[in-house]
Amino acid sequence: MSVGALQAMNLVLRRELCLSFRRPDQLLQPLVFFLIVTTLFPLGLSPELSLLRQMAPGVLWVAALLASLLSMDGLFKGDADDGTLEQLALSGQSLGAIVIAKTLAHWLVSGAALVIMSPLVAMALGIPVTAFPTMILSLALGTLTLSWLGAIGAGLTVGLRRGSVLLSLIVLPLAMPLLIFGANATDRAIVGDSPEGAVYFLAALCVLTSSLAPLAATAALRITLE
Amino acid sequence: MWTWFYRLASPPYVYRVASAFTPWLLLTAAVAIAYGLIDGLAFAPRDYQQGDAFRIVYVHAPAAWLSLFAYTTMAVAGAIGLIWRIKMAHALSAAAAPIGASFTILALVTGSLWGKPMWGTYWAWDPRLTAELILLFLYFGVMSLRAAFEDPARGDRAAALLAIVGVVNVPIIHFSVQWWNSLHQGATVAKFGKPAMDASMLWPLLAMLLGFMLFFGAVLCIRLRGEVLNRERQASWVRQAIKA
Amino acid sequence: MTAQLKCLEVDDVHVWRGDRHVLQGVSFHLEPAELLHIRGPNGTGKTTLLRVVTGLLRPEQGEVRWAGRPINEARAEYQAELAYASHEPALKSDLTGLENLRFTVGLKRRASDMELRDAMATTGVAACADLPARVLSAGQRRRLAMARVLAMRAALWLLDEPFTNLDVAGAEFMSRMLAEHVDRGGSALVVAHHDLDVGRPLRSLELAE
Repeated sequence: MSVGALQAMNLVLRRELCLSFRRPDQLLQPLVFFLIVTTLFPLGLSPELSLLRQMAPGVLWVAALLASLLSMDGLFKGDADDGTLEQLALSGQSLGAIVIAKTLAHWLVSGAALVIMSPLVAMALGIPVTAFPTMILSLALGTLTLSWLGAIGAGLTVGLRRGSVLLSLIVLPLAMPLLIFGANATDRAIVGDSPEGAVYFLAALCVLTSSLAPLAATAALRITLE
Repeated sequence: MWTWFYRLASPPYVYRVASAFTPWLLLTAAVAIAYGLIDGLAFAPRDYQQGDAFRIVYVHAPAAWLSLFAYTTMAVAGAIGLIWRIKMAHALSAAAAPIGASFTILALVTGSLWGKPMWGTYWAWDPRLTAELILLFLYFGVMSLRAAFEDPARGDRAAALLAIVGVVNVPIIHFSVQWWNSLHQGATVAKFGKPAMDASMLWPLLAMLLGFMLFFGAVLCIRLRGEVLNRERQASWVRQAIKA
Repeated sequence: MTAQLKCLEVDDVHVWRGDRHVLQGVSFHLEPAELLHIRGPNGTGKTTLLRVVTGLLRPEQGEVRWAGRPINEARAEYQAELAYASHEPALKSDLTGLENLRFTVGLKRRASDMELRDAMATTGVAACADLPARVLSAGQRRRLAMARVLAMRAALWLLDEPFTNLDVAGAEFMSRMLAEHVDRGGSALVVAHHDLDVGRPLRSLELAE
């Protein structure tokens, strides 16, 4: 009567979603942060939409990166604090499967939420509606990749004091290629060029990260649990 | 053959070998660098485009190369430490990190100094310098992570994992930054074209490169000795070595 | 694999924590239906030893074997056969008692809600099944953690200070649970700083400085 890997992942996914929705305030925080950071730019620069539109891809992506990273250290910290992480590690299931399920769940409630909110932010920055499909697709790929990178960082920094600052320090340099391709894809879409090249690169990064990052994040977690 | 490998894992052996190598490495490094500097700064012909300003390549290029080499060394040593659980490998990785970071800073500073006569400004987001800057961030990440752990063994393992993740990312970062720069060609003036190198310019450069590698080796041995002593400070052979 | 083979062997285990040589060549043998009490003053590595046996912590030297095989070879399979109760009750405060059990026991074996409620009834926290863990007292949480161990139906129990926060009735429950586990053929490693009496033969391992 043992439990298969897929069933286990399903169970962990449901657990994470259940826990997230019991704390709706924590769900909203990254989204509000996203809005606030975006608001800083017109306030700091100029409310001129034509000027904002030029900076919009970069601003959007930087804000999305920072908002995603904000919630990232919660991936393992809650479980580490109350001792349930050990229970997960000792469940007899592959730790990698558990990490994948947790990261996907985390992306669903943070990254995916950001993607859904992005049209709102995009309008505020003067991005034309024609660019929306590209923007949404590139943000979806980008936030997923970032979730994987963040999982590695979270695995390494769980239980460290001021771990979340260190997490951002570790993850942001690794996320810079993401930012380059993602912002460029959106930029091309705004201007009317074909964003295919950049989107393909983004997709390639996503696939690469999705296949390698779970290994690294699991190894990181094992190091932490010792 | 394997006995040699296992001896490498023994701290007293590592300490002795590192101590023995240091003076030789320093000597050969000094010779190579002296030749490279004298030939490069005084005797190599001026570049027809950049004049004498290009001479900073004799420090900048080897420093940049070494910053990457040191990171790779750090990552490989870390990997060996993780996979085979050899503590001396982690000591090597820890010793290499600050040296690599210093080379990166040197590359950035010399690159910036080179930029002034080239572009009229000390910093212009040139792709290679930007990639060096990101490499510096990666170094800081690894060093900070190691330092953040109270248990040094766990800190070593975490830092090793991060170094491995970083080394996989370095080609991606380089590629992305090149690509990014090519899109915005209008903004900055020409990148660091290495001036087309005539043989008389090339030899001093190779000598400097060799000299820097040997210097890296020497400083690595010196730091490694320090790391070994610190990590094994409870062992009796350490107390005897200190008295000697 | 018959029950005869399910024995735990700990062989010359050394663990360093920084500069401290915490475990200095610990060895012991645990057969099925045996209870081993690990005792010793604070800081002698009792919890560390338990974590080595769970497979979370790899010792610098030495080996742990289960049913004759080193646990490193098939860690997940080995861990499927054990139940670990740490010093903290390890419950998510936002989940109810039942949900807590469902999400942890459910990873080890398919257990219906009925079975989980039965386990909670056995340890006396049936009423807590639908309450969020955050409102439970320390004693109730401890009993909930024990319900989890019970529901896992594991061959090997690894318990760290299981009598913490239990009142007299709770402590009796606990002793009875251990006795019944041993009667069923299970083995248990119990870390406790006090004396232990469950009415069954008991071996002791004393860890010294």
